[in-house]
Amino acid sequence: MATTVTQTAVASTATRRRKTSLVPYLFILPHLLFFIIFIGYPFFNGIYISLLQYNFLRPNLTEFVGLANYVNLFTPGTPQYQGFWNGLGNTVEFVLYSVPPLVVLPLLLALLLNSNIPGRNIFRIIYFAPWALSGAIVALLWWWIFQSQGGLVNYYMSGLGLTAPRWLSTMPWAWVAIVICTVWWTIGFNMVIFLAALQDIPGQVYEAASIDGATGIQSLWRITLPLLRPVMIFIITTTIIASFNLFIQPFIMTNGGPAQATGGGATEPVMVRIYNEGFVRNRQGDAAAMSVVVATIMIAISYLNFRFFGERGDK
Amino acid sequence: MTTTSAPAPKEGGISYRGQQLLNRIGTYVVLVFFALLFLMPMFWMLSTSLKPKSQWFTKDIYWIPKTTTLQNYQILLNNPTTPIVRWFINSLAIALIVTLLVVIVDAMAAYAYARMEFRGRNTIFAILLATLFMPGIMFLVPNFLTIFRLGLLNNYLGVIIPAMAGVFGVFFLRQFFATLPKDLEEAAAIDGASQVKVFTHVALPLARPALATLAIITFLGSWNDFLWPLLILKDRALQTLPPGLRTLQGAYTSEYGQMMAGAVIAAVPVLLIYVLLQRYIVQSVATTGLAGQ
Repeated sequence: MATTVTQTAVASTATRRRKTSLVPYLFILPHLLFFIIFIGYPFFNGIYISLLQYNFLRPNLTEFVGLANYVNLFTPGTPQYQGFWNGLGNTVEFVLYSVPPLVVLPLLLALLLNSNIPGRNIFRIIYFAPWALSGAIVALLWWWIFQSQGGLVNYYMSGLGLTAPRWLSTMPWAWVAIVICTVWWTIGFNMVIFLAALQDIPGQVYEAASIDGATGIQSLWRITLPLLRPVMIFIITTTIIASFNLFIQPFIMTNGGPAQATGGGATEPVMVRIYNEGFVRNRQGDAAAMSVVVATIMIAISYLNFRFFGERGDK
Repeated sequence: MTTTSAPAPKEGGISYRGQQLLNRIGTYVVLVFFALLFLMPMFWMLSTSLKPKSQWFTKDIYWIPKTTTLQNYQILLNNPTTPIVRWFINSLAIALIVTLLVVIVDAMAAYAYARMEFRGRNTIFAILLATLFMPGIMFLVPNFLTIFRLGLLNNYLGVIIPAMAGVFGVFFLRQFFATLPKDLEEAAAIDGASQVKVFTHVALPLARPALATLAIITFLGSWNDFLWPLLILKDRALQTLPPGLRTLQGAYTSEYGQMMAGAVIAAVPVLLIYVLLQRYIVQSVATTGLAGQ
């Protein structure tokens, strides 16, 4: 009697388990389906397309060309080589110009806001606000501000007796304009992360330091910055990647220009190059090969950053 | 904690209290200076949009228009080649649908990964996480071709459907579900509630703040997106606002008043959402940033 009871009990939990075991899969299915179609599949399909000569409007001309698209990218003298490395060089240039201000200025603002002064929330809301706007709005607005005729910047520069450059069509001023626009747009993002990290540092640490006679500057260098190291690595890495994705600012403000004697635009970043290759010239095979190379570089950068700085932080 | 922030006080004969006051004034001067730098471009956008053409290129700068006019908005709204009302509706409809679907689909998946036992759970979730670090550029060309083959070019679905593949929301909500105390769900299960009922009646209500955060950032992301809708929605009438602004730039070569009017129309909804709900947005940025360490 006792055994049959336990047996039926076991059987009933077993059937219930079997019945319910489908439920988790039904829960993940909708997301997983779209994930497979738009992230899993294109991961492999992108690599496959990079091995083709492909124009989606002329599918009958599709041809498997093996590594030819990659060979072109690494063979000096081909048009693909010229456009790609010009774009990549421009992107790297932008990363070098934009990352230092996008790390230092947000840190400075976060340090200023990390105190109990009245009104700090209002300042935080103001500094972060541009981040909520579309890049299209931001770029269009700064394009207008940097115009030679009617532009705000040139008005104040000539007011100060300075000769105003043609910001958007001469070098290096086009980069200056694009960097200023980018800093204005995204400074709040890094600031908020720094601020959260600063607020995680317990106040006693500073009290102990000031009892030991440390000045404000000393506790900044000896306490705050070392404790911020992990956040700093995160911010530097994500900012490099974000700057690597530069697209809309030059797309709207300079249209990739000014043109260079060597060919290609002086502010055309590699992402715009890929866009033009894939969707203006409709050479999707070439664009896919460029995408694979750029993605590999970006993954390598994040990996090396965490590896290199992460290890040094451990010691 | 103020000690780290203010500029070094001047030496000689100032009391501690005086030094603190100076520090504080210095801090405010810097903070207000930056606040003006951040606000002035936005104010300039609004100001330009309210000026008649005669005041766009004057020799002297007028921050406040000498005469205020709505004619830039009227010209823009009445020009059939730049149907900005339609773009606004397109943006709004797409962003709302994307937000709704993403929150539903991601909440279901996140709950399963956080709370349910099933074969392959850790493997699948690890694969999802790995793709979080993959640059979006890898997916641009192949996804465009997928949408083309599905016949969804010039179709809102071509913008809506790929948005649901994103992994961030699943990751974000799973973190949240994992930190909820299990007691309530267990009590409901003991009372005989099914897994689905526990999810809809216990877990989801508890997750409201996280769902709201995800909804807000998904809405902003969709409303602000530029490149994907630019590629997919080619017909002028089907465009969303960000690519529409690019169209304005081409259509009104140097009509800055109309362009700024368009920018204001695109900016107002997000700025409203931001001001009303910035607590959620700031929190999500801060927590994902700190989790990312």
